[in-house]
Amino acid sequence: MSENGKVKAIVATDCGSTTTKAILIKLVDGEYRLIVRGEAPTTVESPFEDVTRGVLNAIREVEELSGHEILDGETIIHPNDGNRGVDLYLSTSSAGGGLQMMVAGVVMSMTAESAERAALGAGAIVMDALASNDGRLAHEKIERIRHLRPDMILLSGGIDGGTITHVVELGQVISAADPKPRLGIGYNLPIIYAGNVEARGEVEALLGDKTALSLVDNLRPVLERENLGPARDMIHDLFMEHVMAQAPGYNKLMSWTDAPIMPTPGAVGSIIETIADRQGIEVVGVDIGGATTDIFSVFQNTFNRTVSANLGMSYSVSNVLAEAGIENVMRWVPFELPELGVRNRIKNKMIRPTTVPQALDDLKLEQAIAREALRLAFEQHKSFAVGLKGVQQERTISDAFSQSASGETLVDMMDLDLLVGSGGVLSHAPRRQQAAMMLIDGFLPEGVTRLAVDSIFMMPQLGVLAEVHEKAATEVFEKDCLIHLGTLVAPVGTTQEGKPCIKLEASLPDGTSIDEDIPFGEMRVYPLGVGETVDVKLTPARGFDAGAGAGKVMEATLAGGVVGLMVDARGRPFALPVDASQRVAKLSRWAKAFDAYPET
Amino acid sequence: MAHAYTPGLRVAELTVLRKERRLPIKGDVLVDVGDAVTSDTVVARTHLPGNVQLVNVASKLGLPPEDLPTVMVKKEGDPVEKGEPIATTKGFFGLFKSNVPSPCAGSLENISTVTGQVILREPPSPIEIDAYVDGQVVEVFEAEGVAIETVGTFIQGIFGVGGERTGEIRVAVANPGEVLDASKLDDSMKGQVVIGGSHVTWDGLQKAMKIGASGVVVGGFDDPDLKRLLGKDLGVAITGQEDVATTLILTEGFGEMAMAHGTFDLLKKREGRKASINGATQIRAGVMRPEIVVPITEERESVREEAASEATGLEIGSAIRAIREPYFGRLGEVTELPNELRKMESESMVRVLQVRFEDGSEALLPRANVEMIEH
Repeated sequence: MSENGKVKAIVATDCGSTTTKAILIKLVDGEYRLIVRGEAPTTVESPFEDVTRGVLNAIREVEELSGHEILDGETIIHPNDGNRGVDLYLSTSSAGGGLQMMVAGVVMSMTAESAERAALGAGAIVMDALASNDGRLAHEKIERIRHLRPDMILLSGGIDGGTITHVVELGQVISAADPKPRLGIGYNLPIIYAGNVEARGEVEALLGDKTALSLVDNLRPVLERENLGPARDMIHDLFMEHVMAQAPGYNKLMSWTDAPIMPTPGAVGSIIETIADRQGIEVVGVDIGGATTDIFSVFQNTFNRTVSANLGMSYSVSNVLAEAGIENVMRWVPFELPELGVRNRIKNKMIRPTTVPQALDDLKLEQAIAREALRLAFEQHKSFAVGLKGVQQERTISDAFSQSASGETLVDMMDLDLLVGSGGVLSHAPRRQQAAMMLIDGFLPEGVTRLAVDSIFMMPQLGVLAEVHEKAATEVFEKDCLIHLGTLVAPVGTTQEGKPCIKLEASLPDGTSIDEDIPFGEMRVYPLGVGETVDVKLTPARGFDAGAGAGKVMEATLAGGVVGLMVDARGRPFALPVDASQRVAKLSRWAKAFDAYPET
Repeated sequence: MAHAYTPGLRVAELTVLRKERRLPIKGDVLVDVGDAVTSDTVVARTHLPGNVQLVNVASKLGLPPEDLPTVMVKKEGDPVEKGEPIATTKGFFGLFKSNVPSPCAGSLENISTVTGQVILREPPSPIEIDAYVDGQVVEVFEAEGVAIETVGTFIQGIFGVGGERTGEIRVAVANPGEVLDASKLDDSMKGQVVIGGSHVTWDGLQKAMKIGASGVVVGGFDDPDLKRLLGKDLGVAITGQEDVATTLILTEGFGEMAMAHGTFDLLKKREGRKASINGATQIRAGVMRPEIVVPITEERESVREEAASEATGLEIGSAIRAIREPYFGRLGEVTELPNELRKMESESMVRVLQVRFEDGSEALLPRANVEMIEH
């Protein structure tokens, strides 16, 4: 690798499940700046089955757009000599459509569910949960395993010291299935055993030779306690070591890069953590991709990350519909569209995941789905980002049966300082106002919150760059990556439509002064540009809290952005009218207040 | 360079296909390399260990688990019949005896004094794998299965439901734009693969199932009907194991959309021939699409020399299908591949191509919103 001081040109790629993105960074007048970005469809699938094809196509686009020669045939030119070649090539990857797992446990409502929680928490799609008592015949289970071709299996069952028979029985089913992974030939399927410690010997005898078996602590050592951490960590490790490395062409890609390939969510997480650390703030970051939605948060100096592997905008788009329900998706569509049309469109996106919205209505529908994907992913995050890190989550006997989530969430929307959005639907929204509205509706921030998006979806590349060249990563991050949308003021409380909600007093940099009572149910945007700030006085109406307490006046200095100073006086908890025409009218009014869509 | 890589679905009039047929667990392969097979030829067979049934004898008899040995009348390894007592309490002076009957025939495998459970194993069940397509065995995987090679028409669909089936191809509509409804189906279609046009109605599909059609191949289907068929909203596109009487294959997508002419004409040309179909779909990395295979054994030799054609990128003149609104389902030809980004109605800036549709009209489409029609 070149020495940091000599690095003049860097190319970094992120191989997503649908698109491969490349960025070119150059040293310009002593500063690292983004020059151009390019993208191409990811080529993990037939007929190419080689991730590097998409990488080369994306880099070729960068070459075409920048005029900077990077490739000599299919080789990246090293090092840079003015207008030719690069000094560093780095990559992240999430290609492969997420992590798809099967879990198994002895009793469906006990260990199988714990295993499912562990897998979900680690970011997997749980394709099926097998249990000794799930009513299926052994050969049906075997067929199911073979048919689904999971990336990994988590086997659990039995409390420590209890009976080993049933979990061994499940081991026999898995052994009989002799499952083959969906990507790559000639490597063994990773299996994690997290059941009764006394059955380890038997499980090893059954699966040790034919699978890549890992043994971790029992995820249900006693009935009243779950211990999901070790299984979850092992899932993460194995995903990187085994599954990702099996994506076609991945080994070739690894030989090209100047630093280890980072999994995309890991890279985004490292950038989010850096922001929180440098500025000493509470941050939530989201990366909504084609197959998965990752949420990262830093609250009370605790970093948490969840991967909702079944919520995304292409491969998983239909699952957003299935999980949220059609009415929850439809409630964000600012025009009336028959359910049949919505359903068929979503399914068509699922079966052809790489298409993009060409028509305006199609864009609006896609952004409606994104709001629900964000909402659901954030709900999952809140239930996982719980206090007392390192201390196992305790469940009492009654919790064990009701399976209710325990532990207080660390996520406090009133304390949230910065919400950063990333991923195609947010970063590529034709207007930044659309991204702002999706973030507001999906996360429902409370009080005063700054909003930003990753301008061109390069947080993953900068995350990996930060590992080897922090100066370049932070300079580009500050100058070219984060687009500040502005600051949102969202009072907590509710009242009747049109009644007073909050009074805003401020003198804007352009000389205009605001002294406005904003009624309940409205949204407003005031001009306040990037780099500008304004001192405001916020006077919430009785029963409303803007951050200083119910009904208490708050004075603050707020930062602007490409959207401006935003006020969301729709109240918290937030509710939309049930009546379709009223709802469409409101959605249209709010979109107009934000100038979110072109007039049609 | 004006390349774009948009893989399409394969529609091949004549091609060489290889199908691997493997047992779920090791067993016996019943055919040899060179053997001619038909779709229903059993190529491999094995016995799967019987299912296991758990009976908590201790709780049924209200005893602590450690007392189990005192009440068991069957020992580990004993054969049992369904309904036969496996445990009996002594009762009072021979009165008020309680029995625990075996829920199945098989053998008693394990008695646990920890949980009080008794495990019964049902007899092993035979599992057979058939050839699925008419063809020739070209490779034997010892104790696992075989590879079958066949020559014929191969058509990939975009989405399917239901597993492998065979049947004679029967075209039930006059043109690819016609809807397949119940009125176009009759009892003579039992066991056949029915080809519809743009859409199959719920009633149409129900009737196809009722008369016992092997498959239905159409352009489109409605998602609410899919939900009815599966009994749930399909979240991730992984199908093939549904318990449906008729395998459904969509060639275009959801909604009503005419089947591509090439696909329809080819199926019509093959009418009366036997087809092997599979609805199994997996849309993720390692993608799997549903398929229709029509073996044409008499043409076997003529195609053998043909090398598999290399997949190429989009070029001017490429035949494409629009795969997103507002042109969804329309077919055309690429007339221009501009390099620069263009603004769409949605204000998205994307790479585009110019298309001339079949009716002569032209439009600018995002490159991501077309797929090549591969022959």
